[in-house]
Amino acid sequence: MAAPILRCARPGRCWSLDYRPRRSRALFAEPVPGRVRGQSSAAAQEPRPGAHEWAAVVGLEIHAQISSNSKLFSGSQVTFLAPPNSLVSFFDASLPGTLPVLNRRCVEAAVMTGLALNCTVNKKSLFDRKHYFYADLPAGYQITQQRLPIAVNGSLTYSLGVGAQWSPSATKTVRIKQIQLEQDSGKSLHDDTRSQTLIDLNRAEGQLRVDANVSVHHPGEPLGVRTEVKNLNSIRFLAKAIDYEIQRQIEELQNGGKILNETRAFDEKLGCTVSMRDKEGKQDYRFMPEPNLPPLILYDAESLPVAADPQQVVNIDWIRERLPELPSVTRGRLVEQYGILPEHSFVLLNEDGLLEFFQTVMKETRAEPKKVIGWILTIFLGYLKQRNLAVSESPLSPSSLAELLNLLDSKVISLPAAKQVFEELWQNQGKTPGQIIREKKLELLQNQEELEEICQAVLAKHPQQVMAVKNGNQKVVNKLIGIVRRATGGRADPGRIKQILEKQLQ
Amino acid sequence: MKRGISEVSHNLWPVASDAPSGAPGRAGPRRDGCGSGGAGSTSRELPFAGSDSEKASGPSPERIEHLERLALVDFRNREGVARLQAAIEFAGQLRAVDTDGVAPMASVLEDRCLYLRADDVVEGSCAEALLQNSQQTVEEYFVPPPGNITLPKQSEQGPVPKS
Repeated sequence: MAAPILRCARPGRCWSLDYRPRRSRALFAEPVPGRVRGQSSAAAQEPRPGAHEWAAVVGLEIHAQISSNSKLFSGSQVTFLAPPNSLVSFFDASLPGTLPVLNRRCVEAAVMTGLALNCTVNKKSLFDRKHYFYADLPAGYQITQQRLPIAVNGSLTYSLGVGAQWSPSATKTVRIKQIQLEQDSGKSLHDDTRSQTLIDLNRAEGQLRVDANVSVHHPGEPLGVRTEVKNLNSIRFLAKAIDYEIQRQIEELQNGGKILNETRAFDEKLGCTVSMRDKEGKQDYRFMPEPNLPPLILYDAESLPVAADPQQVVNIDWIRERLPELPSVTRGRLVEQYGILPEHSFVLLNEDGLLEFFQTVMKETRAEPKKVIGWILTIFLGYLKQRNLAVSESPLSPSSLAELLNLLDSKVISLPAAKQVFEELWQNQGKTPGQIIREKKLELLQNQEELEEICQAVLAKHPQQVMAVKNGNQKVVNKLIGIVRRATGGRADPGRIKQILEKQLQ
Repeated sequence: MKRGISEVSHNLWPVASDAPSGAPGRAGPRRDGCGSGGAGSTSRELPFAGSDSEKASGPSPERIEHLERLALVDFRNREGVARLQAAIEFAGQLRAVDTDGVAPMASVLEDRCLYLRADDVVEGSCAEALLQNSQQTVEEYFVPPPGNITLPKQSEQGPVPKS
């Protein structure tokens, strides 16, 4: 047990954690002035006429597993899909006499997360024990950071999407109350046939888990009693559960009932929350300082002890310098560098590997960024999504696409022809765009003489239309252009055809 | 929303706000004779935040039951409860110390260096040895006794010892 996790508590604003949105929605509730808004198909949102308006407050507890080789307090491996209990050390099994030993990498990860989320990193933080009894917690307590966590008071700014289009129509900021390091529990499987529970202390499942705390109140009045909704294992259900719980609390209170400070679970099939409260009454975690771990002291460039062992010292400034470029900065840079729209930058960053793909294409093509973006975000991404592929699984390489766009840009082929070539390239038969164009004879007809000949031939075949044009009917010209295009097998640029025809019709 | 160290309002430890008025700045012992132990005397106040009757005569039966559920201990009989009360009184001696303006220690280790381990895999792969500790296993899983059994209610037990 004891895979390391970071826990972020976000009080105040309601939002949904979304790190790979395809069609993104952000759920939000504004405590002032009043109306609860959410994207829900549940009972009517409008309060009764004359009734007080309601405001909902939602806090999310996010448990995120740290990407490390070993666990937070022991040297056991952290990995998926290992045989049950095969990764467990004596400490993880809570054998008497074992002690926690803090993993340096986890501390660095927590500091990095705190910095990325604009938190104040506490140079001194403390570890506590949180006691409760459950079969997957053999020690009877979990080591966490309740009193004085490693980072506090941060914020995250994000944009909302509207409908299916990711167009940031509004920017919102959510507060981060704190970030703390804590142990994860083991995994329990319920064997219903034999009415028993099976415990695997390797680690709990899921790299990301969210619990939602929900309460409602009238604007201007004190906050209401909150409930905690657990067992939420997808963004969609998180949103549904919060929606439902807000409505449930409003209805309960409007009917004169009370909200109990309890834990609820979300029933996915019924789309509602149900009480998980057992008969034992309120949980008391009996927090106490972890006696086996001294305070965690972090340093910065100023406070760094001179003769310190670098292995034993975590330097906040050193970590800050090594923070990767944060998404908002990257997006701003892309917009400036390539002149693309902000919403494009969101999509580029939200799809794994897409940004790299785009940048590789840009390096190898003369085409304008705006045109490239169009191809990448609509055609390329469309093909991927239809076939449920990741960028890394694309049969088309960025170089191929770059070559294709170059040919299009230098008017060797028309746009419809380019799309045809794209389709061919997707079949991944090892041909280059150039080869496909030659094989399928998709080159634009560039030869002026040849074009003039074809136009002449068409005009000769359609004397009535020629007469109509000479009599002043301009619309017929378009018809003639269409005929010429068909005669060229779609390989002539309509603009040029028009020029030639107009000259010949004089 | 509730904040603070414990999620529950009861707190067995003496709280500074309980200091008797008329003795500002100094939380003296609240009763005569520290650590005198024994139960039943109604003249002294027990040093914990509880109801008035609890301050006089010790934790109530409901309190005992609550503690038993929280900690999964069984005070079992009059002697056990008496020991609990003695423990509370013993801890009450802390109130003899004036801690105004003094920050509490995190632990007695707090001036030591917290050792940081490198992120290497050095343990594990001892499932067999660990599983041998368990009375029941199923294919390399531990099988615990049925978890979180509801304790029998007060009325279902024998007469509850009263202090």
